[in-house]
Amino acid sequence: MAPLLEIRDLHASVGDTPILKGINLTINAGEIHAIMGPNGSGKSTMSYVLAGRDGYEVTGGDILMNGVSMLEMESDERALAGMFLAFQYPVELPGVGGMSFLRAAVNARRIEAGEDEIDQLEFVKLVRAKAKHLSINDDMLKRAVNVGFSGGEKKRYEILQMALLKPVFSVLDETDSGLDVDALKIVSDGVNFLRDPARSMLVITHYQRLLNHIVPDYVHILAGGKIRRTGGKELALEVEESGYVGIDDAA
Amino acid sequence: MVATQETIDTLEEATGKYKYGFVTDIESDKAPKGLNEDIIRFISAKKDEPQWMLDWRLKAFATWKKMESPDWAKLDIEPIDYQDIHYYAAPKSGEGPASLDEVDPELLKTYAKLGIPLDEQKILAGVVAVDAVFDSVSVATTFRGELAKVGVIFCPISEAIRDYPDLVKKYIGSVVPVADNYFSALNSAVFTDGSFVYIPKGVRCPMELSTYFRINEANTGQFERTLIIAEDKAYVSYLEGCTAPQRDENQLHAAVVELVAMDDAEIKYSTVQNWYPGDENGLGGIYNFVTKRGACRGDRSKISWTQVETGSAITWKYPSCILQGKDSVGEFYSVALTNNFQQADTGTKMIHIGEGSRSTIISKGISAGRSQNCYRGLVRIQPGAENARNFTQCDSLLVGDKCGAHTVPYIVSRNPSAKIEHEATTSRISEDQLFYCQQRGISTEDSVSLIVNGFCKEVMKELPMEFAVEAQKLIGISLEGSVG
Ligand SMILES: Nc1ncnc2c1ncn2[C@@H]1O[C@H](COP(=O)(O)OP(=O)(O)O)[C@@H](O)[C@H]1O
Ligand SMILES: [Mg+2]
Repeated sequence: MAPLLEIRDLHASVGDTPILKGINLTINAGEIHAIMGPNGSGKSTMSYVLAGRDGYEVTGGDILMNGVSMLEMESDERALAGMFLAFQYPVELPGVGGMSFLRAAVNARRIEAGEDEIDQLEFVKLVRAKAKHLSINDDMLKRAVNVGFSGGEKKRYEILQMALLKPVFSVLDETDSGLDVDALKIVSDGVNFLRDPARSMLVITHYQRLLNHIVPDYVHILAGGKIRRTGGKELALEVEESGYVGIDDAA
Repeated sequence: MVATQETIDTLEEATGKYKYGFVTDIESDKAPKGLNEDIIRFISAKKDEPQWMLDWRLKAFATWKKMESPDWAKLDIEPIDYQDIHYYAAPKSGEGPASLDEVDPELLKTYAKLGIPLDEQKILAGVVAVDAVFDSVSVATTFRGELAKVGVIFCPISEAIRDYPDLVKKYIGSVVPVADNYFSALNSAVFTDGSFVYIPKGVRCPMELSTYFRINEANTGQFERTLIIAEDKAYVSYLEGCTAPQRDENQLHAAVVELVAMDDAEIKYSTVQNWYPGDENGLGGIYNFVTKRGACRGDRSKISWTQVETGSAITWKYPSCILQGKDSVGEFYSVALTNNFQQADTGTKMIHIGEGSRSTIISKGISAGRSQNCYRGLVRIQPGAENARNFTQCDSLLVGDKCGAHTVPYIVSRNPSAKIEHEATTSRISEDQLFYCQQRGISTEDSVSLIVNGFCKEVMKELPMEFAVEAQKLIGISLEGSVG
């Protein structure tokens, strides 16, 4: 069976600048992979390229989900195929009510699946139930998407969306940065709850501490647009102690 | 009744292009093309009008002939041939039906297609009373009995001219004088129908009143005239909706709306204007030249204009308030959306005369395609308007880079105690926002619609709840093809 996600010799540029310079990664169903790396090494760029953001041009290689190349698919099509990105910097949508936004996302999937749109009441119940686990209260659900949310609230809101949309493959881009210990616990519990033999995740982080909560199967070190090292969870501890010095040359 | 958050959140799917572009196949009774005294006599006779009304029209016609067609700064417009228009068209069977049973079933079908329920049983338990104007005549006014019980008059204006001549005589032309502008003079000469509303002292109108205007015939103009009077402590919320078939030639719509609010009275006037905007190459569409003005004559009176303008090839419209009463309040909430080759020049005038009068202007302009969208507003503080206040917020949103947004505020303050605040912003839909929505699986078009509706939220929440959802969908539909 094809791996859930396969990245083959991926090269990508932003404008004329090459950022990703030959990434290879295979993620099987049920696995969690962590990506660590210094600032500016291309972690967020990789997440955007996977999600199909305009302006992030693939100049070589391929991205396959369940054996199917995603390169020709628009970002909304990839999302409907099961790809989810928890943003490092979630975007504010002034005036766009949270509930209508979430419902539009849920209904897009239902329409794609040939189902009816979700019933209003059923939807409200569903959201409330999921929100409760993430300590998101009704007031926050009523506000405009991400507007006036604290850093921690934004991250929890990303995980709420992940819980509602049930993606098969999720990229979490520095979901831990800016979270205090309690918030980190809430977010990682939320993520662990979504762990499932049929789903995979790519967790991008700067800090080893997140990986104590969300324990990965593999850890990769990205530097200078390439994966320089791959190991088990102990690799995270190692880089935390010795930093990324010298990693660029390791390949 | 103001829409709740939940209702506003109910963004249903927006599909189809201009959905109201069909033509109803119905025999019609038309005046010959052209404009002269005989045509005016013809209209007046058709409406069975008293002599004073005909005299008023003829005088207006004489005034109009002496006026010159305005030369608009921001509008690019083909000259209009006023002799090439039918000034009167009525469905043959549609002249003055006494009840819904007498209305041509084809017409009822048309309104059903437009989503307007004229079948009384089906109107949500008396929430909305409807007056439907088809070309030049009013075809049905629902719930009149119900309203009459509390003394509210809601009927076609042609009927009011016959049945309540004293009221009409007293107020018609008192807020928008005949000679106010070229189109108000034209309207005064040839107006065919429209609604008349009278709310007596102390009465809160028990339901939303609404009128749907539809232009069906080719080469006709629609010249409706609406007059709403709220006596002391009266309240009414009124909504008008407009559609027209898809045609290659431009059609003229020149309405006059006059509102009068006495002491402690409140009038809420909402418009969802979706006249045919022309095709994506700018062919056809309605010329929407409208004069709307409210007089806050009484102390503490309040007039609120809320408009969602998505249709018409050209819109020229400045719903205004004359704040005469002490502590009177004027409000203007506007969403004007233009796409393709549409042009909108809209805004308001707040004329502060009374002491302590206040006004609020919230304008949201959205331009897409190659359209031009201009906010033009005047805030005038007269010398007697001690402690008058105005707050104006004008936000423009650009979709794409071939469209234009313009903000032209005029402020004239003749009283140093006045406080006037003006804020303006111009923004674009950001790529970040679009990507965020799309990453959640929402299509480009739906994402744009969500973001634009978010931008308009402050105005949309002022709409009566029954129409908020419809207006949201309209915004989605009107933006189709604007991105990607
Ligand atoms: N929109 C952009 N335009 C140009 N360069 C960019 C853009 N986004 C990121 N970069 C560059 O790409 C490199 C990788 O950035 P990024 O993927 O954000 O790194 P990380 O997430 O690992 O910190 C950096 O050198 C950054 O300056
Ligand atoms: Mg980053």
